[in-house]
Amino acid sequence: MEVLVASAVGILTAAGMYLVMRLRTFPVIMGISLLTYAVNVFLFASGRLTVGSAPILRDGVDVYADPVPQALVLTAIVISFGMTAVVVMISLGAYLGTNDDGVDDPPETDQEGEA
Amino acid sequence: MTHWIIAPVVLPAMLAPFIVLAARYHIGIQRVFSLAGVVALIAIAASLFVTVSDGTILLYQLGDWAAPFGIVLVGDRLSVLMVLLTAVLALFVLLYAIGSGWDDRGWHFHALFQFQLMGIMGAFLTGDLFNLFVFFEVMLIASYGLMIHAGGNDRLRAGVQYVLYNLLASTLFLFALGSLYAETGTLNMADLAVRADMIGADATVGIRVAAVLLLLVFAVKAALVPLHFWLPSSYAEAPGPVAALFAIMTKVGAYAMIRVYTLIFPPDLETTAGLYDVWLLPAALITVALGMIGILAAKKLDRLVAFAVIGSMGMVMVAISLTTPEGIAAALYYIVHSTLAGAALFLIVDLVKSNRASLTLTALPPVAGAALTSALFFAAAIAMTGLPPLSGFLGKLLILDAARDHTMNVTIWAVILCSSLIGIVGFSRAGSVVFWKAKSVAVDEQAEPTTSSNPLAYAAVGGLLALLVAHSVLGGYAQSFMTATAAQLFEPEPYISIVLETEGKLSAPDASEDH
Repeated sequence: MEVLVASAVGILTAAGMYLVMRLRTFPVIMGISLLTYAVNVFLFASGRLTVGSAPILRDGVDVYADPVPQALVLTAIVISFGMTAVVVMISLGAYLGTNDDGVDDPPETDQEGEA
Repeated sequence: MTHWIIAPVVLPAMLAPFIVLAARYHIGIQRVFSLAGVVALIAIAASLFVTVSDGTILLYQLGDWAAPFGIVLVGDRLSVLMVLLTAVLALFVLLYAIGSGWDDRGWHFHALFQFQLMGIMGAFLTGDLFNLFVFFEVMLIASYGLMIHAGGNDRLRAGVQYVLYNLLASTLFLFALGSLYAETGTLNMADLAVRADMIGADATVGIRVAAVLLLLVFAVKAALVPLHFWLPSSYAEAPGPVAALFAIMTKVGAYAMIRVYTLIFPPDLETTAGLYDVWLLPAALITVALGMIGILAAKKLDRLVAFAVIGSMGMVMVAISLTTPEGIAAALYYIVHSTLAGAALFLIVDLVKSNRASLTLTALPPVAGAALTSALFFAAAIAMTGLPPLSGFLGKLLILDAARDHTMNVTIWAVILCSSLIGIVGFSRAGSVVFWKAKSVAVDEQAEPTTSSNPLAYAAVGGLLALLVAHSVLGGYAQSFMTATAAQLFEPEPYISIVLETEGKLSAPDASEDH
């Protein structure tokens, strides 16, 4: 199971990083979504992988799952969901305004201001 | 247990929804409540400041849960100093926003402003790393709204870059927190400090990866080269008062770095040895140089100030990476200075923009009201580049003095002094071109300045500069407070014992019948 989870995190991260490098808003947002999925699975794994064990104290149970990463993941999911919605709206506005969905600075801004 | 320490978080958090819900269409009421809230914040922060200035550490257990299980807020000298700085900065930025009418050019400026303050205050006060992440996000999501306040294509475009970059940083932060939790099983800072110390020399791989990841996240926030790319265009395109408020956001990264790398991974910890000398210090020196060269290379005034902010963050990072109490004290003095100076410069750029056709560094016909603006620019540029008599000079002197015994002292001195000279040349050139070389085109001499019927805006900038003067004149007091703060940071035992040994309801089961 460790191999499965680790490779899932790795593949999601690699695919996410590749998409983030595309410098157009749609692939970049998809890439960031993949990265957040990867980090959510990673956070789960940080509490060690157990199957079918109880997260809270009860009688007659020896092996517990760590409940803290689950709470952390829940928070992370909510935050990344909200952030993705915000970035979709902002990039949609930028795209509709400039008719260009590039993420980098447009060439004329480069000439004007970049060091 | 005093409840006042959570007030800087709760007050803006309550005020912001009130402004959205009750005062949505009434800019006057919004202004009154926003201002009143910030003034109250200053009062709270000042009283907390007086409380902690004798070395007291304030602890607040949320829900009365004891430390490693519940979230705690901790107010020591460092946290409360940053809270006070934020509140004071917020007052002048808000006065400027009201005076210049920026808050009326789009929706929800005041609500977003309060949410932003809530996030910044929480980030400074929290004693839990995951809670720090949450407050970072609160701060960021409000900053996204403020960044694109009043719209415009360039601003939206810069906003996309800013948001995407910060989303990546947040993802990295989560990876860092996951690795830390996997290695130690806790995210409370005091508890982490205890457990990081217990990790044996044979199992340091995971904790070292976590320490580096965390440093990277804070470096993104603090705009350390090579992670600074988000800063120039987003700060330049953001509305003036928003960019001025953002001057404190880079300091949140610096604060987190100071906190984590004195408490959890102190300089004498074997596991993370070499992180500062080998990695942070060279990066910080390159940041200083790049910021100052950027000042000289910038072709627009707003980019110039953005690069000045990068350069001053580099100075702060150099001082932090010395990892001595003197270095941290110098860094804190410089943090206060560069926040105020950076904010003042962004506001001045906005003043220039309000009656000038463009911000490019070319000679344009003179405008009415330029004399006062140029005087303010002159004073702020002196402060930012570190010329005497203002506090930038004292701050750089302290940093140079703290670097005296470092093994790389010649390199540090050379980089700081040479790049400061480049920065001075850059600012002189910009000021000369914008203000002095304005051709004497016939301008109606008695004409009122088009948009400078805003004495409040000028008063806000003047207030920030007056604070800089006070920071220089009272430099001795400020320096002794910073030294005491650094001493407290380098002796974390009281912090750890107060956080971990204060009993909450979990550790006192006998008291449960009281509830």
